[in-house]
Amino acid sequence: MEVQKTALYKIHKNLGAKFAPFAGYEMPIQYSDGIVKEHISTRTYAGFFDVSHMGQFYIEGGLSLDEALEKIIPADLKNLNINQSKYSFLLNLKGGIIDDLIITRRKNGFYIVLNAACKDNDIKHISKNLSEDHKFYLCSKTSLIAVQGPKSSEILEKKIRGISSLKFMYGNFFEFEGEKLYATRSGYTGEDGFEISVPNNKVENFIKYLIENKVKPVGLGARDTLRLEAGLCLYGHDLNEKINPIEANLKWAIAKTRRETGGFNGWEKIKENLEQGTSRIRVGILPEGKIIAREGTKIFSTNDEEIGTITSGTFGPSVNAPVAMGYIDPKFSEIGANIKLEVRGKKHNAQVSKLPFYKKSYVK
Amino acid sequence: MSEKKFSKKHEWVELNGDIATVGITKHATEMLGDIVFVEIPESGKSVDKDSQAAVVESTKAASDVCSPISGDITEGNKSIVDDPSSVNSDPEKGGWFFKIKIKDKSEFDSLMNKSDYEKFAKENQN
Repeated sequence: MEVQKTALYKIHKNLGAKFAPFAGYEMPIQYSDGIVKEHISTRTYAGFFDVSHMGQFYIEGGLSLDEALEKIIPADLKNLNINQSKYSFLLNLKGGIIDDLIITRRKNGFYIVLNAACKDNDIKHISKNLSEDHKFYLCSKTSLIAVQGPKSSEILEKKIRGISSLKFMYGNFFEFEGEKLYATRSGYTGEDGFEISVPNNKVENFIKYLIENKVKPVGLGARDTLRLEAGLCLYGHDLNEKINPIEANLKWAIAKTRRETGGFNGWEKIKENLEQGTSRIRVGILPEGKIIAREGTKIFSTNDEEIGTITSGTFGPSVNAPVAMGYIDPKFSEIGANIKLEVRGKKHNAQVSKLPFYKKSYVK
Repeated sequence: MSEKKFSKKHEWVELNGDIATVGITKHATEMLGDIVFVEIPESGKSVDKDSQAAVVESTKAASDVCSPISGDITEGNKSIVDDPSSVNSDPEKGGWFFKIKIKDKSEFDSLMNKSDYEKFAKENQN
């Protein structure tokens, strides 16, 4: 398969991006500032991210669409308001997570943002559950730009009137230089911010405006350190088809009514896990000292019994310490519990930690 | 009078008598990005040419630092363990990794000089 490029490729290049292939796309990993500075500028001011590789998926249809999607997505779609967004999943028959996603109700149906690496498979899975009167398409006419950080609202408001009044996990149409665009107040950094579908013919001007306002470009490298500090999962690492939302400690993302009444893929397994517990659970992990426990690091109890595996680990620039997440035996999952991490053949002390590592500042 | 040479794995070696100081080149730090963790060898440890002697981790990944020369470690640079970012800011001076008592000077002589290394680094830029 040929490596794809987003509409912003040239802009990235001019901004000094270092590229790497990601989910079939040539994506910026970092720019000339480097990961730590990009991370810090997002936390203290604002940064922008090209996430156009993600799937901007639209499904249109009437009431029957709610029902069809509720079979594969455990969100309370029937009670989702127009322009309201929810974090949810596509589930397989065993309750395993095919993808994690943000779903927003739109006037004629739903808008779903899918992970880049999963989107083709997701669409196959979703379309199997749709009927003939449901229309769906993946939009490539708009770039998806995330603007994140404490200054993002103030800066965007000057150019996109009304956007600052959006509530967290809500979206709406706004106008940028005479073009309509859709923005949601959401993100993947633990900061206040927006994810905006910008028409490709306007994306250059939009980025120019952000840069004029000192919003820094941020690559996938800092996107990863930001999301990990915020305790957010990365699909393919912290989540996969063999992990269900209860094991992933994401019970909150399944609507309460749906947890009780079911009617979606894998409910039996999820119900069983809710009642009887799971054999593993996702937790935050803080290594002692400076040791970084990368994905795949084995976790041991203080008695040297193997109890789990790290699924994400890096250095957290805002925490100024290494941070990690992993799956462990629930017996050892109490916050503050002492565990050991085997890095390069040596066992290092670590503690189970609450998540997020870095306190969020979402606008409610 | 000291002499400085370079390896294909982007380490630099500065020889003073029979003691060599080893670090990673500026080019290497630029490829690695922000350095956030360093592990240095203990004094007395014996290392073979091109074997792993230290570890450097950036926000992106972990990499081995090999010793381009055989010998016994005499000292590791504790200041880069405390402040890994000093490897980024001063890679070829204050950001040295370890000192090693060399066994065979011909190993040193076979390394690249500065201009050859710069040419090599330019050709291997990714």
